[in-house]
Amino acid sequence: MRRSKYTRPAWLGEQGEGGQGTADKPRLTTSAMIASLAGPDQRTKPAPFGHALAALAESRPEIVGLTADLAKYTDLHIFAKAHPDRFYQMGMAEQLLISAAAGMAREGFMPFATTYAVFAARRAYDFICMAIAEEYLNVKIVCALPGLTTGYGPSHQATEDIAIFRGLPNITIIDPCDAHEIEQAVPAIAAHDGPVYMRLLRGNVPLVLDEYDYKFEVGKAKMLRDGNDVLIISSGLMTMRALEAAETLSNDNVDVGVLHVPTIKPLDEATILKEASRTGRMVVVAENHTIVGGLGEAVAGLLMRSGVFPPAFRQIALPDEFLDAGALPTLHDRYGLSVSAVTGSIKGWL
Amino acid sequence: MNTSTSEPVPRASQSALSNVSLVDRAYRIRRNALRMGEVQGQGYIAQALGVADVLAVAYFHAMRYRPEEPEWEERDRFLLSIGHYAIALYAALIEAGIVPEDELESYGTDDSRLPMSGMAAYTPGMEITGGSLGHGLALAVGFCLGLKRKKSSSFVYCLFSDGELGEGSIWEGAWSASHWKLDNLIGIVDVNNQQADGPASQVTGFEPLEARFESFGWHVQRVNGNDIDALVAAFDTARNLAEPKPRIIICDTKMAKGVPFLEQRERNHFLRVEPHEWQKALELLDAGRTS
Repeated sequence: MRRSKYTRPAWLGEQGEGGQGTADKPRLTTSAMIASLAGPDQRTKPAPFGHALAALAESRPEIVGLTADLAKYTDLHIFAKAHPDRFYQMGMAEQLLISAAAGMAREGFMPFATTYAVFAARRAYDFICMAIAEEYLNVKIVCALPGLTTGYGPSHQATEDIAIFRGLPNITIIDPCDAHEIEQAVPAIAAHDGPVYMRLLRGNVPLVLDEYDYKFEVGKAKMLRDGNDVLIISSGLMTMRALEAAETLSNDNVDVGVLHVPTIKPLDEATILKEASRTGRMVVVAENHTIVGGLGEAVAGLLMRSGVFPPAFRQIALPDEFLDAGALPTLHDRYGLSVSAVTGSIKGWL
Repeated sequence: MNTSTSEPVPRASQSALSNVSLVDRAYRIRRNALRMGEVQGQGYIAQALGVADVLAVAYFHAMRYRPEEPEWEERDRFLLSIGHYAIALYAALIEAGIVPEDELESYGTDDSRLPMSGMAAYTPGMEITGGSLGHGLALAVGFCLGLKRKKSSSFVYCLFSDGELGEGSIWEGAWSASHWKLDNLIGIVDVNNQQADGPASQVTGFEPLEARFESFGWHVQRVNGNDIDALVAAFDTARNLAEPKPRIIICDTKMAKGVPFLEQRERNHFLRVEPHEWQKALELLDAGRTS
């Protein structure tokens, strides 16, 4: 679909009138590259990845950190400050970032390489493929701005990163939900021998899963909430949206369970099959990713192959489009990722 | 398979004290490459013949390694960025005793350790997976940074080609190498002016090569890559240089060097050689050695 850049936005009114939106619904601004995902009253933790990596590095001398001019925007600056001699600024060169990480891994180090998800998935893919995945090197690629987590438009929105990496043999894909999970995932992916791609939420990251007695394990999906009417299978930030939606829907007597699947590859097939097999529950897969090639299609394929057919199967995911620029809350409403959009979708399907 | 046309050459000792001349090493590398080429009947033979002198000087003059222990920590690393040059590197690895000579006949066959395009997982002594061109120099930066962290005195040699210079990642690596003052990095560019679609100088002209690397902060030498003495001097200079910068040896080589009727072919990026021509090629190579 092509945009029409020669059509003036209708809400502005005629040229010279200077419209600024209506009073009951002010127009939001895109603001900074990385807007916080936290709601106004949500608890948060600052830079969970940076702090967790800096702490882990105390006992793991082989850990080094590399970035391509995005230390601050991937929270790696916390690690850099704590371990300046183990931090490598590779400049704005993602192919080099990944290759240098691979070379250091070949020399026995455990590089954590950070950039934005778009640049890893699109620009450095060949290097991740041949230098890291094919060699099964112990490199952890940790990337901010996964899916729709910035309003800067398609240049920064990694809406297809999981689809790209799911096709890559050997790589483990992690899509953590919140600060609590990121803190736990850092030592866990370090303990995992092999290449990892982890999506990152950075800055003031929402804190949710600490209230669910949750423990992250590589390759494990976990039930966070049980429910008899609907099973939401979700990853990443969509798990917190699913938990909130489940709470809202319970007021309407809709009983929603939430299965959190932070490891997209390898998929925890046993747990997914067990939960999806339970009679009578609609299965809804919710992901911060295009509907093509992500968790939803991974689960669908698994269920089909295994002969498990829930009464209904639905996907909450981004459309197969280049998405709009704008303010994140606007875009999450527009593309169905906000709590109200998730709640509305599920109600409509019941 | 029938390899009756190619009798193995008696091998000299592989020990460090071996008195086999570098000229002989280069000759044996060429011979190994021709014998491998014969297995396939075609391939990147001209490149192997062209770069044999460079590999002879690298493996039998400059580099530190243990044939029986390819992963020896104190070895110098040799990164082959140009995966299709694998036939050349296998020929050198066989001559160095890292790959057994009797595997030569398995080149490019099913379940061989010597695939057509070089891969780290397949072959002892193969440090990286090349082939997707432009990877080697950026990888070398990581090897060099890692070795420096370990306070290792090992060098990283990275062989890439003129045509490959079109890949942007080469220049990301070149820029970064001088930023990090990687004096443990020795780049080798094989300039044979031949790439898949024709002469490299015409496909996308790569000159002025010395000026380009100098402007990126490298110590630059350019030599006739088929002149053993010049190569020895260049490798010595590169290794002994005090300046804290990466070093490059630009090697102008002649495609198919040592086999005149193959040298004369205009398009020799991927040579097809008729079955009866292999024996002739070996004979000409042998004749050139004694002449």
